[in-house]
Amino acid sequence: MKVLSLNFLTCAVKACKSSSDSYPLHPQDAELVQDEIELNPDMLINVLPRLDWTALRTTSSELGFPALPEQAPTAEELQADEKMIRDLHHLLLETQISEGKLVCANCGHQYAVKEGIANFLLPSHLV
Amino acid sequence: MDFVIKFASEHESFRLPEIEALAVLEGVNLKVKEYSSESPFCVVQLPSVEDAKKLLRRSVMAHSIHELWGTGATLEALHEAIKSQTPHLWPQYKETSFKFVVDSYQGAHSNEERLALINSFSYLPFDGPIRMSKPDNTFTVFELWPFNSVPLKIEHPDSIRLGRFVATSARDIIHKYDLKKRKYISTTSMDAELSLVTANIAHAAPGKLFYDPFVGTGSFPIACAHFGAIGWGSDIDGRSMRGEGNKKKNLPSNFAQYGLKPQLGGFFSADLTNTPIRRRRIWDGVVCDPPYGVREGLKVLGLKNPENATWLIELGVNEWQSPDYVPPKKPYSFLTMLDDILAFASDTLVDNGRLSFWMPTANDEEQEIPVPAHPCLEVVVVCVQVFNKWSRRLITYRRLPDSQVSKSDLEAHEKQRAEAAAANTGTTADDLNPFRRGYFRKFEAES
Ligand SMILES: C[S@@+](CC[C@H](N)C(=O)[O-])C[C@H]1O[C@@H](n2cnc3c(N)ncnc32)[C@H](O)[C@@H]1O
Repeated sequence: MKVLSLNFLTCAVKACKSSSDSYPLHPQDAELVQDEIELNPDMLINVLPRLDWTALRTTSSELGFPALPEQAPTAEELQADEKMIRDLHHLLLETQISEGKLVCANCGHQYAVKEGIANFLLPSHLV
Repeated sequence: MDFVIKFASEHESFRLPEIEALAVLEGVNLKVKEYSSESPFCVVQLPSVEDAKKLLRRSVMAHSIHELWGTGATLEALHEAIKSQTPHLWPQYKETSFKFVVDSYQGAHSNEERLALINSFSYLPFDGPIRMSKPDNTFTVFELWPFNSVPLKIEHPDSIRLGRFVATSARDIIHKYDLKKRKYISTTSMDAELSLVTANIAHAAPGKLFYDPFVGTGSFPIACAHFGAIGWGSDIDGRSMRGEGNKKKNLPSNFAQYGLKPQLGGFFSADLTNTPIRRRRIWDGVVCDPPYGVREGLKVLGLKNPENATWLIELGVNEWQSPDYVPPKKPYSFLTMLDDILAFASDTLVDNGRLSFWMPTANDEEQEIPVPAHPCLEVVVVCVQVFNKWSRRLITYRRLPDSQVSKSDLEAHEKQRAEAAAANTGTTADDLNPFRRGYFRKFEAES
């Protein structure tokens, strides 16, 4: 799954949703795959307002990518900053997690990722 | 300018909704002037030939679009119309190559008749060469005949039109995505045509993010990806996405088969009622075919009788991190699931984002399941595919901006949902699913 997915996912356990520790999930032992994808600046500008920037900075550094600026760029700033467009494109769209775990810092659960597919199914005591 | 759209003669109730959705998506000012579910020919008004091309370029329900030169109840009336309305157009076609063809719906001509019909247009001052293959311009005589004209030996069509060909649609892609040629499918994979129409009506397009919470083998994200969107999906059954045994056939390999890998967002196992997706305005579109629960009752995560299954609970506590652990499931109400889908979509769609989902219902009005409603979602259109005793509907909503949503309606809706959830005491698959109940009674009235 694309790294962008991590910005949309939190712990599936209902009791965790109110805790700020449950988001973002933390990749562990993550194997990354890179695919070259044609750059589409409009796509990134469309997605920008939906990103949780603080969470994205965490994910980016945990996956070993260069640090992102503290503040999210505005649409105009992003449009004018070709390097930032390329960096975000590479991180969010070209990079996929193929194997590993996604860990909730609140309950400690590790959601396994196998062949790019994460498993968020819960046992009965957690639903 | 007026144009004739030639539609496919199937899935009639999807034809105008698709064209209207595409007009909104492409920013084309469309006015439908004549349409009938009984005829494949539809007359629309559009600002320009360019707009006509834009309108059709993604359509799968239309075949082609033609500049309308005239309409008549008889051939004579058609010629009158052409002679009075189009002489200003004639000079443009004086030197170009051309051909005439006849498209008779529900009628037939002998070769001589067809030739005579075409020759009756010889007053048009076209001096260019006639070319059967790749002419500069193709003129089509569209005839609409009454039903059963051939066996009833009816002699004249009800209406005749002449149109100059402008563009074909994208209908060919139905063959590209044909399930028969797709490497990984299941019994509930949605057929290519209906998946593509769904993606069109839901406005899948480049730069947009689409999600299917009941993704199965991925028919919808694939169709959305074809139109340039990035597709995400999840399913309570991990095997449906991963495939069994053979690692080469699975949902991601379907994306690869069509060269759509760049558009693969991500897939994961999850139950919609326990989703890991954040309640944030993320998606441009949510499209799905929820489980009807006919063959297997509809299920969600959890235990039906937790008091009798302490060992199962304990197993979960101890084993759920292990790769082979399969969590227990319990029956769930179909109508509640529909409400859950609407609530999820209203929480996660961006303003004006679309929810399109398929829903079965009985044809008998008494047993019809009403279109589910949510204060944040406005119904855009309902399309129906009719089978013998039941139908399925494709229901499409638009996420209203919050400024257009009544707070008191929203509060009342949430209160009602909470009460319904508390009162929902049914536990068998039939109690919980009026459609399933009807299906097994063959939609006879309940006694
Ligand atoms: C009608 S099928 C959809 C098929 C899909 N459109 C395709 O092209 O393969 C419904 C799917 O919903 C899944 N499902 C059933 N209950 C679910 C739940 N509670 N949450 C998520 N998915 C569920 C089933 O496993 C099944 O794959």
